[in-house]
Amino acid sequence: MKKLMRHRRYLAALALMLVSLGHAESPDTPAAPAIPGGSFESVLPPAPSVKNVRIQPFRLDRTPVTNEQFATFLRTHPQWRRDRVAKVFADEQYLSHWQAPLDPGQENLRRPVVHVSWFAATAYCEAQGARLPRWHEWEYVAAASDRQRDARNDPAWRQQILSWYSRSGRGPLPAVGGTTANAFGIQDLHGVIWEWVEDAGGMLVSSDNREQSSADVMRFCGEGALTMEQKENYATLMRIAMLSSMKARYTSATMGFRCASDVRTGS
Amino acid sequence: MKRLLFALLLLATVVRADTAGSIYQVAAALADQSGVLRRMDVYQGHPVLVTMFYGSCPMACPLLIDTLRATERAAPASERSQLRLLLISIDPERDTVANLKALGESRKLDPTRWTLARTDAASVRKIAAVLGIQYRKLPDGGYNHSSIVTLLDANGEIQYQSSVLGKADPELLTALDRITQPARAQRQVAEPSVR
Repeated sequence: MKKLMRHRRYLAALALMLVSLGHAESPDTPAAPAIPGGSFESVLPPAPSVKNVRIQPFRLDRTPVTNEQFATFLRTHPQWRRDRVAKVFADEQYLSHWQAPLDPGQENLRRPVVHVSWFAATAYCEAQGARLPRWHEWEYVAAASDRQRDARNDPAWRQQILSWYSRSGRGPLPAVGGTTANAFGIQDLHGVIWEWVEDAGGMLVSSDNREQSSADVMRFCGEGALTMEQKENYATLMRIAMLSSMKARYTSATMGFRCASDVRTGS
Repeated sequence: MKRLLFALLLLATVVRADTAGSIYQVAAALADQSGVLRRMDVYQGHPVLVTMFYGSCPMACPLLIDTLRATERAAPASERSQLRLLLISIDPERDTVANLKALGESRKLDPTRWTLARTDAASVRKIAAVLGIQYRKLPDGGYNHSSIVTLLDANGEIQYQSSVLGKADPELLTALDRITQPARAQRQVAEPSVR
């Protein structure tokens, strides 16, 4: 294992040297910066009476996973190839934008991988010893502008995000790493793609089903019953709506992901 | 002709969990109420009612067990003897094997046909995802979750999903009847070839 790690470090150094001309990468910009923990007022409060979410320190990929990275994963995990994947884990559009089951096509290499299901994204992150970020972690980091960690009350920043969203969905996706890093050192959180989160399947569960006897109400009306705060954060609410409309096997031309991992305290 | 049919049926049973739509492809390690390690396909070959719950749940989960029992009781005896029931906890922290065992005993659930299981948190998410069950942990340690009973066929493919609680869902019983029929036909076809 140690040998492998050392080997990987050499490879990583080599890779950095190779890409440093083409991309704004350097040893100063880690692939998965550490995000300090904190208390955060989410648009999706944990319970009606609880406003703040405590975020534990974690690491988050600086950029979304690219098609090239996903193709590398498929070489060692062929059960996730589009021609082999089980249909319970991915819909018919899974990786449909690729030229061949292992070939994303040259123009897609540096673009964020899309047309991936929650199951496939989860498997990718697990293979890296990581996991998908939880919604509150994602939201916490995505609240940052390039200067402030929580810029949600900055009208100029909010406007900038909204204008990004109004443009998204047109034309080919840009390569990852094209946007300015935010105050946490994370890029491409807005204006490029939607991103899977670990708890995508539980975001809009109604807050109070335990007293109900009718599951129908839970399933179909519960979503409307959820209290969402800070309605002016329209872009974030759109993202929640998008995530909630996706089943775990669904894929979309604009839905990708990045990985996160826990930071062990005291190390 | 009968031989051919038998061969086809044999082939069908060989394909089993490899069937594209089988939820048994979720590679989760379950521990049942006796602490025995199982996989998702613990009841492969049987029609299964599967749902997710948590043991300390005050209201909806006792009702879920009631619903499963009502369904079991409403099924014809021939189907009831084949039916198996699988309850998977969404609360692995508190639903220890001992707690699951105690719950099964207090609710008098026959351990030869009922499995109460726990697994790791990552597997809970995957199982919930294939079953379309939404859940969210609450700050008080409880959970909100959708109460869906899923009927799996012998291969682990979803045949019907019901959100009727507190009584047997007639449509679920119809689906159970539909998928239990072929198994009877299989026995009839198989017998001549065995001799």
